[in-house]
Amino acid sequence: MDFEGKQFGEALAEQLPPLSPNPAAVEADRCLFCYDAPCTHACPTHIDIPRFIKKIATGNLRGSANTIFASNLLGATCSRVCPVQELCEGACVLGADHKPIAIGRLQRYAMDHAYATGNYPDVKAEPTGRKIAVIGAGPAGLSCAGELARLGHDVTIFEKRELPGGLSTYGIIALREPVEVALAEVRMIERMGVEIKTGVALGTDISLSALQEAFEAVVLGVGLGRTPGLGIEGEEAILDGLEFIESSKTGEETLQVGRNVLVIGAGNTAVDCATIAKRLGAEQVTIVYRRTDREMTCYAHEYDFARSEGIEFRFLSQPSRVILEEGKPIALECLRVELGKEDTSGRPYPVAITGSEFQLKADQIVKAVGQHKPSLATLLALEAHKGFIAVDENFETSVSGVYAIGDCIRAHGAASTVMAVQDGKMVAAAIHRELSSNPAEASAEVA
Amino acid sequence: MADLRINFAGIQSPNPFWLASAPPTNSGAQIHRAFEAGWGGAVWKTIGAPVLNVSNRYGAWHYGRQRMLAINNVELISDRPIEINLREIAEVKRAWPDRAVIVSAMVEAKPEAWRDIVHKIEDTGADGIELNYGCPHGMSERGMGSAIGQVPEYCEQITRWVMDAASIPVIMKLTPNVTNIVLPARAGVAAGVNALSLINTVNSIIGVDLDTLELTPSIGGKGGHGGYAGPAVKPIALNMLAALGADEIVANSGIPISGMGGISTWQDAAQFLLLGASSLQVCTAVMHYGYRLIEDLCDGLSNWMDEKGFATVADVTGKSLPRVTEFKDFDLSFRAVARIDQSKCIRCNLCYVACNDTAHQCIDLVSPQGELVSPGAYDLRSNGKQEAVETRPHPAVRDEDCVGCRLCYNVCPVDDCISMIELPSGRESVTWGELSQNKPEVTEDWEAMKEYRDQVGIHIH
Repeated sequence: MDFEGKQFGEALAEQLPPLSPNPAAVEADRCLFCYDAPCTHACPTHIDIPRFIKKIATGNLRGSANTIFASNLLGATCSRVCPVQELCEGACVLGADHKPIAIGRLQRYAMDHAYATGNYPDVKAEPTGRKIAVIGAGPAGLSCAGELARLGHDVTIFEKRELPGGLSTYGIIALREPVEVALAEVRMIERMGVEIKTGVALGTDISLSALQEAFEAVVLGVGLGRTPGLGIEGEEAILDGLEFIESSKTGEETLQVGRNVLVIGAGNTAVDCATIAKRLGAEQVTIVYRRTDREMTCYAHEYDFARSEGIEFRFLSQPSRVILEEGKPIALECLRVELGKEDTSGRPYPVAITGSEFQLKADQIVKAVGQHKPSLATLLALEAHKGFIAVDENFETSVSGVYAIGDCIRAHGAASTVMAVQDGKMVAAAIHRELSSNPAEASAEVA
Repeated sequence: MADLRINFAGIQSPNPFWLASAPPTNSGAQIHRAFEAGWGGAVWKTIGAPVLNVSNRYGAWHYGRQRMLAINNVELISDRPIEINLREIAEVKRAWPDRAVIVSAMVEAKPEAWRDIVHKIEDTGADGIELNYGCPHGMSERGMGSAIGQVPEYCEQITRWVMDAASIPVIMKLTPNVTNIVLPARAGVAAGVNALSLINTVNSIIGVDLDTLELTPSIGGKGGHGGYAGPAVKPIALNMLAALGADEIVANSGIPISGMGGISTWQDAAQFLLLGASSLQVCTAVMHYGYRLIEDLCDGLSNWMDEKGFATVADVTGKSLPRVTEFKDFDLSFRAVARIDQSKCIRCNLCYVACNDTAHQCIDLVSPQGELVSPGAYDLRSNGKQEAVETRPHPAVRDEDCVGCRLCYNVCPVDDCISMIELPSGRESVTWGELSQNKPEVTEDWEAMKEYRDQVGIHIH
């Protein structure tokens, strides 16, 4: 199944159009300008939301964007990918009897204006000459690097991939965040004085000890690994969900979508994979999940969206075997499942029923069942917690001067871009405190 | 069903709503359509001296998304030839014998000029004449309009000339651009005028264009003060209307008052009637939405009158005037405090910040556990809708510190969430007027005031 690049772009074009000035002003004027607003509390980065919205209402778009940047350097990404129903908009006081303010779309409006006019955050601090290395140019690393740069520090990001941006660039369906948005954000962080070295992997291209020698602090924002194996026969014919999304964003020519696609798993990535398959021409797309819609990790609004896209759901089904013909999948064999007692995730444990095999036809199968825990924890001999890198309240790992942020430490709660941005902000503040309390002799040596 | 008919100084009208002298009454064709829509009367756009108009003559005051809270204009009196106006007035009156057709006039301050215009108007068969002493721009520079209205002696003199010549009812329209509205009104009474109307427009500049630094609207790069009207001026108009009702000379003269200034809804209309108007004039609301507004003005007023048991408009007129007093007659022992209905409160906490920053610091923020908290008292790592909503503090009034200023009531965005409830003050009723008379030292000396407070138990926080 071939697609022209153009069609491809249209099929996955950003789903929500930008607000035009009048609807933005109308929406901004609806905001009550709550005092000590609950939306600001609900935002993990605590953007002063009423303030940036009032600035839209008064036509002060530059000030509006600056208000957002003050709390969140990745406001453009967050305005697109945040589950606002669970965060700011979910807490809006107008939610109970009225429609909550469209905070996400207003934030995007202010951010689009900032990017269109080149209104980027200023770095006003004097250079401190103190050097910090950040590993990983995803949202956590970019946020941390930008915040440290704002404080005058000299920051280098090492990114193993070809393009910076992490999941924003590679892992989020383009209809929610186009690649250009992620890359523009990266360029903005670079303009703040951050150097980004791509194609450099920690552990292979550069060692932690070398970094520790050359930098006063090292921050790991390495994210998580690939999709774990299902351990079933024929698994080699199953595509990795993250790679599936990645090729839809950056490798259009290599992505081929089947006619009858199964997606295993029911989280955010699974919904994105299923949406891509459906939008790119699959006749039937079915999400196969071993629990029910009550236990899915995708958000309610994503479930609604998936169903409106015509994606089907097959619950209480556990894949047991891929049925191949000439090396290509023709069906997925599953077992029916009963839900048992709660497991460690707090959800009922799925128990496959012996002898209940049934087959689901498929010519393409994609798995999106979470991500491997960060392998770096073991590699670097860092202490781990539930497989994630263990950190203290200042995000410092078991190794002094080595910090970790973002998905790689998220042992509790849902991993998300905005949480990663807040980690970056907080670790930057912690490192700054540490460096400030610690005279600059060390940096003189390094320099 | 309520009877909306009025008899205003001898002018009959099927309902109290007249179009004010303004652009909506510029021509016969317009007024035909207005009468078809149901308007009870129309005050023809002022005829008189020759004029020429300019473009960009209307400015407006918008607030938030609400367009035209007020309009401002530098349009002059009718720029159509006077003969055409007079012919159309006659045609309209012939076609609509049951409607009130009043003609606004403004000419040079010469007896023969006024006598001439009065006779011309009477020849049309019009029901009345309104004297335009109010136009604050353009005409005033030529010694007409508010140049007359601002000087009671001129008002009286010209009105005498008109009364000598006129055989139909004459209404004198007052300008609000004075320090005391009562004085020109008394001048009208002295001259024997049949009725008063108020208010004309208020002197105003709408604003400045922040790109060009020109005034808005810009008239070829220039601008100047114009006449301000619309919903924003209603409280000013109500105050001036009430001031006439409270003035012995004007009130005892018994002459009726036609009220105007921001009337947009039947509620506005009812308020003007309650404060002493017996006919009502409307302009800005119609300039915003068209003649069709008359339907709900009549329907809403009629329904309200039915609910309240008012049979006629005359029954409503002036009903609230006895409530209009001066500060010195207010009961200093009346005590009200704000009460927040927590079941309606949406926790916007606008009442808190208003009270805390700008009023009397008597609203607390209380956590769901009942503890007093400071704003922003959450951990930086706390987030998400559930935590934000479940830990959101609510505002609570400390009755003992609340002075009952009513600011929170005014800022609350939820209907009926904050109410002002009356609490016993435990003090005997007393007014400032009584204090001044019985304990003058209390009103003149802070030491005596302190003693008095201690004695009766007034604590200022």
